[in-house]
Amino acid sequence: MTKLLETNNLTAFYGDFQALFGIDFFVEPGETVAIIGANGAGKSTFLRAVTGMRPTRGQQIRFDGRPIAGLSPERIHRAGLTMVPEGRRLFASLSVEENLLIGASGGRKGHWTLDEVLVLFPALEERRHHDGAELSGGQQQMVAIGRALMSNPKLLLCDEISLGLAPKVVREIYAAIPLIRARGTALVVIEQDIQQALKVADRVYCFQEGRVTMTGAPAELSLAQIKHAYFGTETA
Amino acid sequence: MDLLNLLIQGTLLGGLYALFAAGLALMFGVMRFINIAHGDFIVVAAYLLLVAVLTLGLHPLVGIVLVTVLMGAIGYLGQRVLLNRVLDDDILPPVLVTFGLSIILQNALMEGFSADSQRVPAGSFDTASIALGPDIAIGLLPLAMFLAAIGVLGVLHYVFFHTHLGRLLRATADDAEIVPLMGASNAHTFALATAIASAVVAIAGTMLAMKTNFDPTIGPSRLLFAFEAVIIGGLGNIWGVLAGGIILGVAQAIGAQIDAGFQILAGHIAFLVVLALRPRGLFAKS
Repeated sequence: MTKLLETNNLTAFYGDFQALFGIDFFVEPGETVAIIGANGAGKSTFLRAVTGMRPTRGQQIRFDGRPIAGLSPERIHRAGLTMVPEGRRLFASLSVEENLLIGASGGRKGHWTLDEVLVLFPALEERRHHDGAELSGGQQQMVAIGRALMSNPKLLLCDEISLGLAPKVVREIYAAIPLIRARGTALVVIEQDIQQALKVADRVYCFQEGRVTMTGAPAELSLAQIKHAYFGTETA
Repeated sequence: MDLLNLLIQGTLLGGLYALFAAGLALMFGVMRFINIAHGDFIVVAAYLLLVAVLTLGLHPLVGIVLVTVLMGAIGYLGQRVLLNRVLDDDILPPVLVTFGLSIILQNALMEGFSADSQRVPAGSFDTASIALGPDIAIGLLPLAMFLAAIGVLGVLHYVFFHTHLGRLLRATADDAEIVPLMGASNAHTFALATAIASAVVAIAGTMLAMKTNFDPTIGPSRLLFAFEAVIIGGLGNIWGVLAGGIILGVAQAIGAQIDAGFQILAGHIAFLVVLALRPRGLFAKS
């Protein structure tokens, strides 16, 4: 069984500070995996390492059967791995439509086109010629997700897509996930909201201070286990 | 009638200044890159045209096309091989490197072409003019240059707002860090920005070569005009750059009328007035 994404003993440093201490992680094709953990647990750093935004030369990261450690983010993108960055990061001087179109810069063809993204998020249709800044937070998040989908990724990484959004809006956004999965796209979702993470994921990883403290299918995990893995309430 | 004449001559000159400024504004806008050697690149383009026309005997128009393509290619390679290496959050290293480049270029030109001032003849174009009234005549060459400048700015506008490359350049200006997540290489986009800027510089430099006398040392003052036009017009606005160039050109024309030695100073004064009243420029984007 080939994994879609696999890391072995992945580490990351910011200067002298070590942010990741040997992360072993994998995603199967078509699977949805959630990463939970407190602020500073290394979740975002992990995604940045996998996407090539942080240096990983010489480490063990395999994607779609190929080693990708040390490759530039654009080459990793073209291999089919895309991220919805934390904070949405829409391009301010581009319209909604232009934001979506630029997501296809890597030239990957597939199901997701401008029209299909607008079918997925109909709220964007009438806003397509507006600037991103004129949209509500939820609509901005839809643009950010749509922009990433435009590259027809095999694996889509979503960094905190519910951050700062009202529960109703979060439900709207998460309603799109099954439709994205239906196209065979695998997902990795970083989520602060543990209930949301357990609901959407096939498997969950919990990070704490740069280490994986727990992993498993949501049904196998008790709340006490998760609490322990999340906060480290007992010292080992 | 005299004033009208000044306005017309100043406006025509402003087109050239707008071209000086456009390349500078493009590089700063897309990658926060301040090119101190910008004026010297203009002078290099002027000398390249000199070689094309006087040494190789080419028609000036053929020379302009050749120099533009050549400078664009040099711009791409220079950015890719050299200047990308100094791009970082800190804007000082590019300033230092291009400052050094400026000195090298000036000395190399001095070595190769001597300090004599030169000019590229534009044939019968040089003296032809259209009479607009008893006291006003527009030189064909300045008019053609002005129209060419508008055309170049129009092309830039089109590229910026109606092509994929333009989207990419604007996105890179907004948030370069995440553009690679869209599948585009920053190194390539930066190099394309410099290629476009260099092609515009080439057109500006070749016009300069036909319009006035030039020598290896005039680069820094052209850089100053470019800076002033950008700041008067406001960053991030292609047509603001044209307005900035025209205001600078008109101010210089009026200054020159008062006293020949007053020409440059009048431009600087207009710049300072705008800077004092509208620090973000007249047409700055938000």
